[in-house]
Amino acid sequence: MDTLRASLAIFRKDLLAERRTKDVSTAILLFGFTVAVSFAFAFDPTSDEARRIAGGLLWLSFLFASLLGLNRSFARETANDCLQGLRLMPVDLGSIYLGKLLSNLLFMLAAELVLLPVFNIFFNLNLFERPGWLALILLLGTWGVASLGTIFSAVSANTRMRELMLPMLLLPLTIPVLIAAIESTTILLRGLPMREAELWIKLLAGFDVIFTVLAWLLFDSVVQE
Amino acid sequence: MSETAYHRLSLALFALGVFLVLIAWYQVFVVVPTERTMGVIQRIFYIHLPSAFVAFFAFFVVFVASVAYLLTRRLRWDWVAASAAEVGIVSCIAVLITGPIWAKPVWGMWWTWDARLTSTLVLFLIYMGYLLLRHYVDESDRRARLAAVFGILGFVDVPIVYMANRWFRTQHPQPVIAGGEGSGLDPQMWIGLLWCVAAMFTWNIFLFVQRYRLERTREEFIELARRARV
Repeated sequence: MDTLRASLAIFRKDLLAERRTKDVSTAILLFGFTVAVSFAFAFDPTSDEARRIAGGLLWLSFLFASLLGLNRSFARETANDCLQGLRLMPVDLGSIYLGKLLSNLLFMLAAELVLLPVFNIFFNLNLFERPGWLALILLLGTWGVASLGTIFSAVSANTRMRELMLPMLLLPLTIPVLIAAIESTTILLRGLPMREAELWIKLLAGFDVIFTVLAWLLFDSVVQE
Repeated sequence: MSETAYHRLSLALFALGVFLVLIAWYQVFVVVPTERTMGVIQRIFYIHLPSAFVAFFAFFVVFVASVAYLLTRRLRWDWVAASAAEVGIVSCIAVLITGPIWAKPVWGMWWTWDARLTSTLVLFLIYMGYLLLRHYVDESDRRARLAAVFGILGFVDVPIVYMANRWFRTQHPQPVIAGGEGSGLDPQMWIGLLWCVAAMFTWNIFLFVQRYRLERTREEFIELARRARV
C-alpha cells in the first residue's frame, strides 16, 4: 500500500513539474510532428502504399519522439540532486520506477493522441474505424516502450553520454514491441479481421508484464548509491 | 588465485588451444568430405557454427555473472561479465561475417531477414550497447551495477526477439532455407565439427582468462593509485 501511495506521489510530482515547464510534451509533440512530415518525403503519401507502411512510420515516429521524453524523465532529477532526495524517501525504491513509468506512459500516450489525427490526415488513413482496437494496441505498445524506457532513462542518466546511451540501450531491446505494434497496426489499417493480430497483441501484453516486473525488481540496483 | 597461477593456467590454455586449432584445421581442410551440393564453401560451417556456440554461451555467462554480481556485490563477477561480453561479441562478429560469405554462393544473396539472422544481429546490437554502457561509466561499482541490470534485461529479451522475428517472417514468403542441416550430417563431418567446437572454446576461454586478468590488474592499479594519493 505504501509503495502504491509513494508511486502516485511521484506521478503527481511529475505531472506538476510538467504542467509548469511543459518540457517533455512540447518536445515529444513537435519532434513527432516533424518526423511525420519528413516521412512524407520518403514515399508518395497518397498512394495505396500508405496503408501498407503507415503502421511502421507511425510507430517509428512515436518511438523516436518518446526517446526525447524518456531522456528527460531522469535527467531532470539530476539537477539540484533531486534524485538524492527521492532516494531518501522512507519507501521502497521500486516505487520511483512505478511512479515514473506512469508519468512517462501518460506523456507518451497524450502526445500520440495528438499525433494520430495528424497522421490520419496527412497519410489519408482510416485509423479511427475501430477505436477500441486502436486504443488497445496504442496502450500496450506504448507501455512496452515505457517499461524499459523508464529504467534505461535512469541507467543512462548515470552515464557520461546520456543522450547517446538511451537509444543505444532501448532500441535493440524494444524490437519485439516494434514488430508487434507495427504488425497489428497494419492489420488495423488494412481493414483485416483483428483475429489476425491476436498473436501480436498477446506478445505485446507478455512483453509488457515481463519487463515491467523485471525492471521494477532491478530498479533498486540502478538508483542506489 | 595468485598471478603465477593465472600465468600457468594461461600457458596451459594457450598450448592446448594451439594444439586443438591445428587438429581442427587439419580436419576442416583435409579429412572432412566436401558437401555434394554446396561444395567447398560449406566448410565455412566449421567456423560459423562453433563461433555461434561460443557467442551464445558467452552471453549466457554475462547473464549468470550479472545475477551473481547483484546478489553478492563482489566485483570479480563484474569482471567475469565484462570479459565474457567481449569474447562473445568477437565471436558474434565472426558469425555475422562468415554467414554472408557462405550465403552469397548458396542462397544467392548476402543477407536475408530470416529469424535466426535477424536475432543474431539484434544480439550483436544488445551487447554492443552493453559494452558502450560500460565504457561511459567511470566508477567501477556503479559501472558494475548498471551493466548487471542491462545484462539481465538484455538476455531475457533475446528469446522474445527470436520469437517475434519467427512469427514475423513466417507470415511472409521466405527465401531459400537450409533445410534440416543437422539431420543429415555425415559422421566424418560430426567429428570435424566437434574438434572445431573444442578448439574454438579452448581458444576463447584462453582469451577470456587474459581479459579477466587485465580487468583484475586494472582494478588493483586503481586501488594502489588511490592509496598512493591518500
